[in-house]
Amino acid sequence: MRVSITVNGELRSDDVEPRLLLVHYLRDVAGLTGTNIGCDTSSCGACTVHVDGESVKSCTMLAVQADGCEVTTIEGLAFDGALHPMQESFRQHHGLQCGFCTPGMVMAATSLLAEIPDPTEQQVREGLEGNLCRCTGYHNIVKAVLAEARS
Amino acid sequence: MIPASFEYTRASSVGEAVRMLAAGGEDAKVLAGGHSLLPLMKLRMATPSLLVDVGRVRELSYVRDAGDSLAVGALTRHFDLSRDELVARHAPLLAAVAGQIGDPQVRHRGTIGGSIAHGDPASDLPAACLALGASFVAVGPSGERRIAAADFFTGFLETALAPGELLVEIVVPKATGAGWSFQKFNRRAQDWAIVGCAVVRDGSTRVALVNMGASPLRSPGAEQALAAGASVAEAAERACDGLEPPSDLNASAEYRRHLASVLVTRALAEAGGAPGQEASP
Repeated sequence: MRVSITVNGELRSDDVEPRLLLVHYLRDVAGLTGTNIGCDTSSCGACTVHVDGESVKSCTMLAVQADGCEVTTIEGLAFDGALHPMQESFRQHHGLQCGFCTPGMVMAATSLLAEIPDPTEQQVREGLEGNLCRCTGYHNIVKAVLAEARS
Repeated sequence: MIPASFEYTRASSVGEAVRMLAAGGEDAKVLAGGHSLLPLMKLRMATPSLLVDVGRVRELSYVRDAGDSLAVGALTRHFDLSRDELVARHAPLLAAVAGQIGDPQVRHRGTIGGSIAHGDPASDLPAACLALGASFVAVGPSGERRIAAADFFTGFLETALAPGELLVEIVVPKATGAGWSFQKFNRRAQDWAIVGCAVVRDGSTRVALVNMGASPLRSPGAEQALAAGASVAEAAERACDGLEPPSDLNASAEYRRHLASVLVTRALAEAGGAPGQEASP
């Protein structure tokens, strides 16, 4: 099936099998490997991307469901060679250890702030409940998101 | 994990979806947000030959004031339900339940109709609909019919929907000012409830349980006890009468029975007395 998807601002048109998952489309067809596959069961959040501005788990969505949508991946956040402020805040506050969950965390965090611009710490923790950090580095992740919200 | 191959077609209206389902036969499945169906397809526990994607049928995403009730379009997402003002005013239980399903990413995709039609005993929204005395509107080749929540969940992942029928609307009687509570016990954030309990008290008391049997269900023991004037403690003790909760990795049946009676106690206490009647501990 032919799909047209705007990925990081660029309109693509590809022939895909209906069963192709969005995360495989992004990684294998569009070549954007910043989006990780972790649990593959919509639990861990490593594959979080934005579809029409909202966070979704791209392992639990078909590419054909994104036909006509705007998809943003971690690669689409930096602008003009400068990190997105959320990425910069993760860097500043050591919001990552091994880095595997980081793309998903950053995408979930930016979606969270779009919905709740000035969240409490509790709201940040609840807003990131769909993202697991196996290094258990939540403390600095929450710190990074709060710092970015308040900047 | 990759689903088995299937044909895919996208409907742009209810009528078109019903026609596509009829043409697809018994192996056709409806795809809405996909957060119940796709995980099963990835595990190949579900292998539909055709998916009819209703995700773009925008006419099915709404919450309307329908006098004594709220009419909720089947494609209304958990995220929208959790933030809707009409729902917050007239069925706050539904908003609270929707806001606790999975995590934000799941709530951005999952729909109330998808959750109801899936009929998973571990899902929260079926229990909420049972507690609210909701009913469901289905459209099929021979027209429209309305099914009470109490008659809808017929077995494990089985519902009263016939093949070829599409769930289009959830009718929720207004419970403005009624006592209510939702108790969900899980071990990790975003997890399914090991046991959950939804209560609405609006003159009578409805007690619905999550993950306490093969299908979403109400607790006849607790409801009958309360109707006969029993205390909260007595009602909680009878909460599992006649129920056969599952044993699995998370909990034994015995543990679930204990948990259910604890959660029913908490829920009834939080919901308070029905109008004109105080809940006694």
